[in-house]
Amino acid sequence: MTLAIFLTLAVIAVITALLVVLSRNPVHSVLYLILTFFTIAGLYILLNAQFLAVVHIIVYSGAIMVLFLFVMMLLNLNKDTEPQKSNLWKIGGAVAAGMLLVTLVGAMRGGIELQAAAQPNSQVGLVENLGKVLFTDFVVPFEIAGILFLAAMVGAVLVGKRDLKL
Amino acid sequence: MSVLLFLFLGALLQKFGLVAVLFLVTLGIAAYSTYGERKVAAFLQDRVGPDRAGPFGLLQPIADGVKMFMKEDFIPQGSEKWLFILAPGIFIFVALMTGAVIPWGTTLTLFGANIDLQVTDINIGILYILGFTSLGVYGIMIGGWASNNKYSLYGAIRASSQMISYELAMGLSVIAVVMLTGTLSLRTMAEMQSGFNWTVIYQPLGFLIFFICALAECNRAPFDLPECETELVGGFHTEYSSMKLGFYLFAEYINMFISSAVIATVYFGGYNFPFVDPAWLGGLMGPVVLFAKIFFFIFVFMWIRWTLPRFRYDQLMHLGWKVLIPLAILNMLLTGAGVLWFES
Repeated sequence: MTLAIFLTLAVIAVITALLVVLSRNPVHSVLYLILTFFTIAGLYILLNAQFLAVVHIIVYSGAIMVLFLFVMMLLNLNKDTEPQKSNLWKIGGAVAAGMLLVTLVGAMRGGIELQAAAQPNSQVGLVENLGKVLFTDFVVPFEIAGILFLAAMVGAVLVGKRDLKL
Repeated sequence: MSVLLFLFLGALLQKFGLVAVLFLVTLGIAAYSTYGERKVAAFLQDRVGPDRAGPFGLLQPIADGVKMFMKEDFIPQGSEKWLFILAPGIFIFVALMTGAVIPWGTTLTLFGANIDLQVTDINIGILYILGFTSLGVYGIMIGGWASNNKYSLYGAIRASSQMISYELAMGLSVIAVVMLTGTLSLRTMAEMQSGFNWTVIYQPLGFLIFFICALAECNRAPFDLPECETELVGGFHTEYSSMKLGFYLFAEYINMFISSAVIATVYFGGYNFPFVDPAWLGGLMGPVVLFAKIFFFIFVFMWIRWTLPRFRYDQLMHLGWKVLIPLAILNMLLTGAGVLWFES
């Protein structure tokens, strides 16, 4: 049962992820990306990480993708305004993506051998355990991530206000 | 084995029945909210309101529904056909999904069987509701963009920026409640508010922020800029007709019903009332109390709509970002300080 759900979600995730890249219309790409995020949220639920799944939907599907869509609609990109790129760029892109694929496959292969030894705790994704772990074992990385977000926010305000006097 | 299977099938049937009843009740209340809205508007404007279809005009929602189905279904030229059809479906689907985690009562005893009056008690109930509210904007955005009409697009863009802005303050006001109750489950929240121990007593400011944000998330007046008819013809649904338009209008009332239910559950004790046990009448007293509260809040929503004029766009953004979010953060800090004070 779980395997069947996993396979369905995984196949939909891969197909929609491909459609993000392949569709010509940028708004369609964003909509396919939202679908991909939903299937990934489903995979999180299969891993018993409900909190991560819901936060994933709220943050990525509910906020970030809305902003993406917002910008796409404002720019109103379509085939006429899309700059025609030469084939050299396409070949360059394909080579770069292929190298990334090789790196990822190499990294994954190393990871699988390590994973087999670890005993994963199935309850760790529940909100209480996650909160405890975040505020005890991982409190330093958690706070650093918070400062990073604050810095990004300040940077965004600074970029938004060009005539800001300092 | 067969006994287990039988129990499993029974539980499944129970849940299925509950979902069906919830679905029908939601649709019925949404339909009669349109009637209620027109009667409230008529009352506030010293008119009679609908009184032709049936006694006191009670059949008006049915007549409206038939009218919606009979009208010409038009898909404008140059629109994205499939997205245009999909968008109202997404909007009403998202609106209907939220009711699943609300505890409508304790347990109902029916023909000797105990039925939990909640479709599912997930331990992240309030986040589930916030998640689905944040998705509601897609129905509007996709519909507005796919219409290939500049007024629709303006409406869609307004709706998305408004909903994103007010979601933040809404989430921050909910965090204060979560800090106070120590749970994300709506069932536990409702149980903790038994008698007159309502959250609103500890969270008056949080409730005010949540209520204003709920008005904005439902696109109700004074926050109905996405469909501002004096500037944008009909806003995001300008190009929609027939039952597709009906879906949009209907979903607005469903959203209003669900927001009232969430407000009643989170801040006003849910199915609890002083000196009333929700287990009375075989468990039916809980839903009765909760629905009385919900109807009261739906009335307040309508009262506000027919009393206040619409905000200007800059006022809307000013209120969201510069007033509500700082107030919500202040409320969060005060709640945190209060929780620490009473714990130590």
